[in-house]
Amino acid sequence: MRIDGKGLVSRDKAVSFRFDGKSYSGFEGDTLASALLANDVRLVARSFKYHRPRGILTAGSEEPNALVTIGSGAGQEPNMRATVQEIFDGLEAHPQNAWPSLERDALSVNDLLSSFLSAGFYYKTFMWPKAFWEKLYEPIIRRAAGLGALSGETNADRYERAFAFCDVLVIGSGPSGLMAALTAAEAGADVILADEDSRMGGRLNAETREVDGQAGADWAATMLQKLSEMNNVRLMPRTTVTGAYDQGTYGALEKVGHHRQRRSDLPLECFWRIVAKQAVLCAGALERPVAFPNNDRPGIMTAGAVRTYLNRYGVAPGKSVTVFGNNDDAHRTAHDLAAAGVSIAGVIDSRGDAQIDGDFPVYTGGQVIATEGRLGLNEITVRHAGGQRTIRTDCLAMSGGWNPSVHLTCHMNGRPVWEPSILSFVPSDGAVPGLIPAGAATGHMSTAACLTSGIESAKIALQAIGLKAKNSKTPKAEDGTYNIAPLWYVEGKGRAWLDFQNDVTTKDIKLAAKENFRSVEHMKRYTTQGMATDQGKNSNVNALALLADVTGRGIPETGTTTFRPPYSPVSIAAMGQDAQGDGFAPQRFTTSHKASVARGAPMIEAGLWYRPSYFPTQGETTWRQSCDREVNMVRESVGICDVSTLGKIDIQGPDAGAFLDFVYCNTFSKLKVGRTRYGLMLREDGHVMDDGTTARLGEHHYVMTTTTAAAGQVMRHLEWVHQALRPELDVSFISVTEQWAQFAVAGPKSRELLNALIEEEITDDSWPFMACGPATVAGVNGRLFRISFSGEHAYEVAVPARYGDSLFRLLVAQAEALGGGAYGMEALNVLRIEKGFITHAEIHGRVTAFDIGMERMVSAKKDCIGKVMAARPGLVGNDREQLVGLKPVGNIKQLTAGAHLLEADAEAIRVNDQGYTTSVGFSPTLGSYLALAFLKNGRARHGETVRMVDHLRKIETLCEVCDPVFFDPEGGRVRG
Amino acid sequence: MRLTCPLCGERDRREFYYQGEAVMLDRPAPDAGDEAWDAYLHLRDNAAGETQDLWCHEAGCGAWIKVTRNTVTHEVLKTELVAK
Repeated sequence: MRIDGKGLVSRDKAVSFRFDGKSYSGFEGDTLASALLANDVRLVARSFKYHRPRGILTAGSEEPNALVTIGSGAGQEPNMRATVQEIFDGLEAHPQNAWPSLERDALSVNDLLSSFLSAGFYYKTFMWPKAFWEKLYEPIIRRAAGLGALSGETNADRYERAFAFCDVLVIGSGPSGLMAALTAAEAGADVILADEDSRMGGRLNAETREVDGQAGADWAATMLQKLSEMNNVRLMPRTTVTGAYDQGTYGALEKVGHHRQRRSDLPLECFWRIVAKQAVLCAGALERPVAFPNNDRPGIMTAGAVRTYLNRYGVAPGKSVTVFGNNDDAHRTAHDLAAAGVSIAGVIDSRGDAQIDGDFPVYTGGQVIATEGRLGLNEITVRHAGGQRTIRTDCLAMSGGWNPSVHLTCHMNGRPVWEPSILSFVPSDGAVPGLIPAGAATGHMSTAACLTSGIESAKIALQAIGLKAKNSKTPKAEDGTYNIAPLWYVEGKGRAWLDFQNDVTTKDIKLAAKENFRSVEHMKRYTTQGMATDQGKNSNVNALALLADVTGRGIPETGTTTFRPPYSPVSIAAMGQDAQGDGFAPQRFTTSHKASVARGAPMIEAGLWYRPSYFPTQGETTWRQSCDREVNMVRESVGICDVSTLGKIDIQGPDAGAFLDFVYCNTFSKLKVGRTRYGLMLREDGHVMDDGTTARLGEHHYVMTTTTAAAGQVMRHLEWVHQALRPELDVSFISVTEQWAQFAVAGPKSRELLNALIEEEITDDSWPFMACGPATVAGVNGRLFRISFSGEHAYEVAVPARYGDSLFRLLVAQAEALGGGAYGMEALNVLRIEKGFITHAEIHGRVTAFDIGMERMVSAKKDCIGKVMAARPGLVGNDREQLVGLKPVGNIKQLTAGAHLLEADAEAIRVNDQGYTTSVGFSPTLGSYLALAFLKNGRARHGETVRMVDHLRKIETLCEVCDPVFFDPEGGRVRG
Repeated sequence: MRLTCPLCGERDRREFYYQGEAVMLDRPAPDAGDEAWDAYLHLRDNAAGETQDLWCHEAGCGAWIKVTRNTVTHEVLKTELVAK
C-alpha cells in the first residue's frame, strides 16, 4: 500500500513491469520488492527445501527469501534479489522453485514431510540400498531442491573488467561513509566512495531522523552533491565491494545494466580491482530476525526493512502492523508508521522494563509464540507479562538487534570479537592492514556516533598516507543510546526459522549439537546454516547463540565461522568477463599468417602462436595427402616454412661467450664468428630444459634460438643466471623474437632459390653447413643461417619483421616456380622424425642429456648449469629409458604416440613396462610409420623386437628397435 | 597482492613470476658434494612466518627480486634486486 507524502521515489514517473505473468505499476526509484509491496503482493517465493510460502524479509542485498529470475531466454538471470532489483519499463520477473504456481506449489508436500528432512537427512535417510543414491535419491532431491536456473544457452551479455587506484577507498555511503569521504577529499586525497545501493546515503534514506536540521535523506543528497563536484572524488553507486585482498587490493562488482533495458553499448556488470592506499569500511549493520515459531510467513519482516519501505519508498507493508523486538530501535518502526497514519496493532518487547510511548497497545515482557496465515500472515499469538492474546495483523516487524557488517574485516583471516553491549560481533583491531572500520560496522548505533566515527577513521587513513585533515564541524544528529537484551529464539509449538533460505530451524541446530556437531564449523556444514546465497547474514549470530546455549558455552567461546569473499553473490560471468572464445588467451600471429590463411592452411596453436598445419592443394582431401606431398617436396626440391615463432635472444657483451658456456652444457666461447652451433641447455637439476642453435654474429654478439614453447622460460632463466648467479659477467641480452621474421628454405634447390634473391652469392665455400652472417635479401638487410631441421641442404633467412609478409610470399612464389612450395607443421614434424631430431615431445622435462644420447655434449672442461646434478646416481646408466627409433615389423603397421613398450611376449601390465613412444609420423620417404621412443637400455637393443601397446586406442604393434636417425644417417644431404 | 619492483615501482602480482625460496641464490660449488646440492635443489623450510623468496618481474623489466614477506600475515616487508 502506497502512503501519500512519503518516500523518495519519483511519483511523477510511473514504471510498468511484470511479475509472475501479471502487470504491475510502480515508480522510478522503486525496487521490485517495494513495488510489489505497494501492489499488496506479499507471496513472492518458495523456500529451498520445504517449499514454504515466502515473502520479503529485508530491504537489502542480504535478502534470503525474495529471489526471482529476471528476464527469460539466453540472458535470464536467476536468484536476483527483489530487494535490490530496480524496476524499469519492461522488466519481467519470474518466481522460482514453484510448480505449477506460487500459490499451489506441488512440492510444498515436503513441508509435511519435514520431520524426515531435518539436518543431515541425506546422510541418514538415503543410505540403502547403496545403488539407489546415484540413480534415484540424488536426482529426486536435486529436482526438488534448488533455486533459479540458467537457461543453458550461450549468454550474449557483455561483462567488463576495470582497474582503479585511489588514496582512500570508502566502502558504504551512510553517515560514516559520507563524513569519511568528505574528510579525506577535503584533505586532498583521491577518494573513491562505493556503495552497493543505487541511491547513496545508506540508512539516512530509510530513517526519519534529522542531520544538521535537515531530513537525513536531504542532508545525504547535499553531501553527495558536494562530493560529486570535487575533482578528487569518484562516486560509485551500484558498486559492491566484494572482497578485501592483500596490499590494499579490493574486488568490487558494479552493476551497470541491471536497472535498465539491455543496451548493446553497455556491459551488464563490471568487475573492478581497486587498489587503495587506505580504506574506510562504513558497511553499516544488518538487522537480525528473531527465531519464533512460524516466523517465516509472508508479511513477517525485519523492523528496519519496514521503515525502509515506509520512509524511502512510501510503502506500508501492511494495513495493521505489529512490532516485536528486544531493543529500543524497533520502536522507531511503530512511531514512523503511526506518524504516517498506519494502524499499529501492537508493540511487543521481550524486555519487562522496556519504555515505550505511543498511541498503540504495548506488551512488555512479551514474545510472539505463534503465527497464522498460509500464504501470508493474518494473526499472531503473544504471550506477555499480562497473559496471552491473539492479535489480527498482516505485517509483523521484528528486530533481534543489529549485527555490524564485519565481513570484509574477516577476508584476511581476521576474527571478529564479541561486544556484549550490542550483543554482536565487531571487527578485531587491524584485521585487514589499511582497512579502518567505522560507524555502525564497528558497533556505533547512533547517527551522531557514526558521523564522528567516519571523520575519525578518515583522519587515521589520512595520517597513514601523510595527509592532514582540515578542521571541520561535525554535523548535529540524534545521539540516543541503543538498549538491547538477549532474545535469540522463542520456545513454542512449531518450527522457528534461523536460515530462511536453506530452511534451517532451531530444531536443526539442537539436533546437530545433540549428535555432537558442537563445533560451529561442524554445525554449519551439518545443518547448512549460513551456506545459502546470503551466507548467513540473517542467521549466523542467532544460530551461534543457540548453539552456545544448547552446548552450555558462551557465544565468544563458541566462536564464528569464517566470512569469505564475496560479500554478496558475484556471477561467474562477471569474474570471467571476456575470457572466453578468442578472449581466453592472447593470440600471437606470425607475419605470414594472412598469406597462410589465404592459402587455406588450417592454423593450429603452438603456445600462444598460431602456425599453419599444412597447405592443401587442389584435389587433396585429407591432411595426410598434403603432408606427404610437402615432405616429398622438401626432400626433392625446396620448401618454405615460417620459423619465426622460435624464441630469438640477442646476446651481446665481452662476456657473452662465457655466459653461454655457463647456460649451455657445451661450449660457445670458442665458436668462430660466422658459425652456428647446436646447444643443449640443462636445468640445475640435471634434466634437459631446452635446445636450439646459437649463431655467433660478431666477437661479442650472439643470437640464440629457443624452442617456440620454451622461449619465455629460457629468457627468464637467462635473466636469473645473469642477475643471481653470474652478475660479474659483462653481458646484455634482449628478446628479439617479434623483431625478426625468419623462414626455413629447405631442400636440394634451396641454394638455387636463394641465389636469385640474395646479393651475396652463396657457395659451399662462402656458406658451408652451419655458417651464418648478414645477407642482403631482396635489397633488405637481413641474416642468413645455413642450418637444417629437415636433414636437407637448408637455410634460414631472417629479415626485420615488417618485411616478413612480402618475403614469405616471394619465397613461396619462387619455391613454386622450382617445383616446391610452403610446408606446414605436419610436414615439419615428419621431416624431423625421419632425422631423429628431438622436440619437447622428447625433452619433456624428465629426460637427461644421457637419455637422448647427448651426454658427450656436457663439456668436461667447464662448469655449467645442471652439470653436477646430471652426473648424480640414477640419471645415467643402463636402466635409464634411452632415445631409440621404432619401425613396425609385424602385420600391424600403425604406431601411436604415448603408447607403452614391452618385451614382445610380455603381459601388458605396469611392472613389465619398458618405455613409451613420444613422436610418431608416417614417413612418405621411407614408406612406413616411424616413432621416436624411450626404451630401457635402448641404445644397446637396436635390432630387438618390442611390442607397442596403446591401451587407449587398442592398438598393438610389433616394432624393431633402431637408431633414431632413420634417414640419411651419414648426413650427406645436409652438407651437399 | 602487490609487490614493489625496485626498478618499476609497486605492481600487481600478476606481473611477476614466482620461483621459490631465496636459497637458490647460494649456488654450491661444483665439488660441494651431494648433500649440499640436494639441499640447494630440494630441501625447503616452508616456514609459517617470515620468508625470503624469489620473484621475476617477467611482465615488466625482467628483474629478479628477493622478497621478504610474512606468509602468515601476507605482509611484504622488503623487496630488493638479487643483482648486487
